[in-house]
Amino acid sequence: MLRAFSLGFVLLVLWGLLSGLMEPFLMALAVASVLVVVLISRRMDVIDHEGHPIQLGWRSIFYWPWLFWEILKSNLLIARVILGQPMPILPAVIKVKGSQKSELGHVIYGNSITLTPGTVTIGLERGELTVHALTKGTADDLKSGGMDRRVTAMMGDEKKYAAGAGGGEP
Amino acid sequence: MIYGATVAALLVIMGLSLVRAFKGPTVYDRMVAANTFGTLTVITLAVYGFMRGRPEFLDIALVYAVINFIGTIAVAKFVKFSHLGHPAGDDHGGDI
Amino acid sequence: MDLDLAGNLVIWDMIGWALMSAGALFAAIGVIGIIRLPDVFTRMHGAGMVDTGGAGLILLGLMVQAGPTLVTVKLILIAAFIFFTSPAATHAVARAALNGGVTPLVEKGTDHKKTKAREKGGDGKSSTT
Repeated sequence: MLRAFSLGFVLLVLWGLLSGLMEPFLMALAVASVLVVVLISRRMDVIDHEGHPIQLGWRSIFYWPWLFWEILKSNLLIARVILGQPMPILPAVIKVKGSQKSELGHVIYGNSITLTPGTVTIGLERGELTVHALTKGTADDLKSGGMDRRVTAMMGDEKKYAAGAGGGEP
Repeated sequence: MIYGATVAALLVIMGLSLVRAFKGPTVYDRMVAANTFGTLTVITLAVYGFMRGRPEFLDIALVYAVINFIGTIAVAKFVKFSHLGHPAGDDHGGDI
Repeated sequence: MDLDLAGNLVIWDMIGWALMSAGALFAAIGVIGIIRLPDVFTRMHGAGMVDTGGAGLILLGLMVQAGPTLVTVKLILIAAFIFFTSPAATHAVARAALNGGVTPLVEKGTDHKKTKAREKGGDGKSSTT
């Protein structure tokens, strides 16, 4: 229930920011459509720890700047690789294990890997990620597991949502 | 001024991404190129809105980002299954 | 929410221009990568550069120029949307390519066997055109 209210609040704020108009008629329309969307989402049973992960809370805020910094660094690295003459690439398919406990954690890890240029997640099965790496440096960087630790730290205590347990509302 | 230069540069970059979309050789290369083209379109729309002083273009850019994503997913699924309503259940390839 | 730049500090304009130029440069390099790199999976790295470095820096530059207004909020929304959807789209294309029978180009000295083991997913039914 808490998640449903939170989703409604987020949607209402989104509506306000996108329209920027505060007339009573439009606000009534906003409340009506937010209610419809929340009700449909509840009926579809998508408001859970994956669809609306508020349990991550403030920890995710500290994760983003670190990820942006990583993305910037690997962008510079890959830019140098692409402009090289000849290109110093060594494509490899490697497998890494995600130490997160829930599927949401694995997905966040996989998406973070894809977001940093030089590594692309091409498969994810039961916590084992198949990653395509462009150079040896990016592959070694991934194997060292710094990002894995960061994502696990961000997920925090997620035993409640461990893979297959089903989640549900707290 | 700087906006005009950026829009011009982005248009040239979009043209370059079309090179890969035309050359292929596989359909997946074309999908990657088309997805990149869409992302560049979103940025170009945003910068163009700034250039003309019309923030409404940002809404168009947002909608275009949505359409670009759904389009890429739909094409990927269609190429794999030749069908958009294929269930994921018994296929070991899984859903896309 | 107008885009009038009068009254803004010049230094912020300079920062915004620098960020936009850097973003355009990253986008250009990414697209050059899409053209130059040898196969689908390596080309995805170039596409990833356009989606993160290119789009992110240009939108950041626009945010700096717009200042704290609703326009910046919309730019943040666009950037967040691109950042959330780009990995999903890339993953979808990668899965489609793997299932369509495209083998990742792997140089010598890397995990050949593991690649082969995973390739059983490709059923050869789908055409690669």
